[in-house]
Amino acid sequence: MIEEPFAAGNSIIHQIDPRFRVAAATFYSFAVALCYEFQPLIVALTVSLVSVLLSGVGLKTVLKRLAIVNVFILLFWIVLPLTYKGNNVYSLGPVNVYLAGIILAAKITLKSNAILMVLISFIATMTFATLGHSLSRLRIPEKLVFLLMITYRYIFVIQQEYQKIIRSIKIRGFKPKTTLHTYKTFAYVIGMLLIRASERADRVYNAMRCRGFNGKYYSLTDFQADAKSWVFVTVVSGATLGILLMEVIFNG
Amino acid sequence: MHISEGILSGPVLFSGAALAAAGTAVGLKQLDYDRIARTGILSAAFFVASLIHVPLGPTSVHLILNGIVGLLLGWCAFPAILIALLLQALFFQFGGLTTLGINTIVMALPAVICYYLFSPFIKNNNVTTIIAAYACGFLCVFFSAVIMGGALIFTEENFMEISMLVIISNLPVMIIEGFITTFCILFLKKVQPSLITK
Repeated sequence: MIEEPFAAGNSIIHQIDPRFRVAAATFYSFAVALCYEFQPLIVALTVSLVSVLLSGVGLKTVLKRLAIVNVFILLFWIVLPLTYKGNNVYSLGPVNVYLAGIILAAKITLKSNAILMVLISFIATMTFATLGHSLSRLRIPEKLVFLLMITYRYIFVIQQEYQKIIRSIKIRGFKPKTTLHTYKTFAYVIGMLLIRASERADRVYNAMRCRGFNGKYYSLTDFQADAKSWVFVTVVSGATLGILLMEVIFNG
Repeated sequence: MHISEGILSGPVLFSGAALAAAGTAVGLKQLDYDRIARTGILSAAFFVASLIHVPLGPTSVHLILNGIVGLLLGWCAFPAILIALLLQALFFQFGGLTTLGINTIVMALPAVICYYLFSPFIKNNNVTTIIAAYACGFLCVFFSAVIMGGALIFTEENFMEISMLVIISNLPVMIIEGFITTFCILFLKKVQPSLITK
């Protein structure tokens, strides 16, 4: 159910210092989010596509992930052409289709896919543990990083607890339907999950205290910014600035 | 419940991020090191529980549970939800970096509001608890849908119809969340009251 399919690998992108990847992905994503013209968006989509290819992740998995997100965007393709008032109107029988709506839906699709592909190629290519360590090096508050790590650490444990409970209700003949009984059962499952989590939390905290926990999570990872990382960050910043420049030119 | 990448305008994204940062700062300030392991493990439990799909007629919906998150965690709902969203972005690519702030606001702000509105009534007798818990579950999702609709309208006036669609389509989720929250809170009150009264 929960896995990190892109984290393993040894491509050019995987070798870049994770801190640089996080910073570059953030800068690039926000820049693309600010664009509204077709020309910069198409360039952005191309750049993102190249980065996915460079990261060597399974294209099939990438497409599957993108397909799920694009189902949400489909809603805009259905609603916007019918409701987005503009000058160019085409009548399809009784309904009016507005060109402005179609254009906006197309722009949203380009933008969304460009941003997501960079998320996949730059950030999903590191494990969550690495992300946590690199965030703490990027001056994200210590407490938040700690919370992040401990949540990540226990998701898989809690998931096993959840599967245990689900197995036991299945053995007792539970079949989910649209009934109050089903909702009650799920509510109790969640309640039980919370109780077990809370009891585990007490045990974990005591164990941490016994081992001298003093509010810090030490990271042994030593990040090395080599020449490759600097080249990477220069190229991405260049591309980002280029995209922003195009937006300014074509929007003006 | 979240907004996909590439839809909202710059000002909405940036103000969402700023508000989320402020909320998270308050949450972190209240979170001392004695409770951090507990909050982390509970938010892991919420993350797993939010993957549950409950049947609704021929389809199914997944739970949001921000009502219970608010009741149990208070302001710590902000960092907990922020982390859950980051995990979702990484594991499933639902939502991403630019929408992280606004999506945190969409889910965590109602949780904190409902915490203040309803947690005083949860400790009372059963009838008040039932009403308060149902309202908490229902309204929390409702507020989320309204904030999400607002973010869309602030981006573009022509998103009016989409916003309405968001709110109306979440109506069944609100009803189900109401029931789940009620049963769950009654269960916790019976089995481990210390979880709620803390």
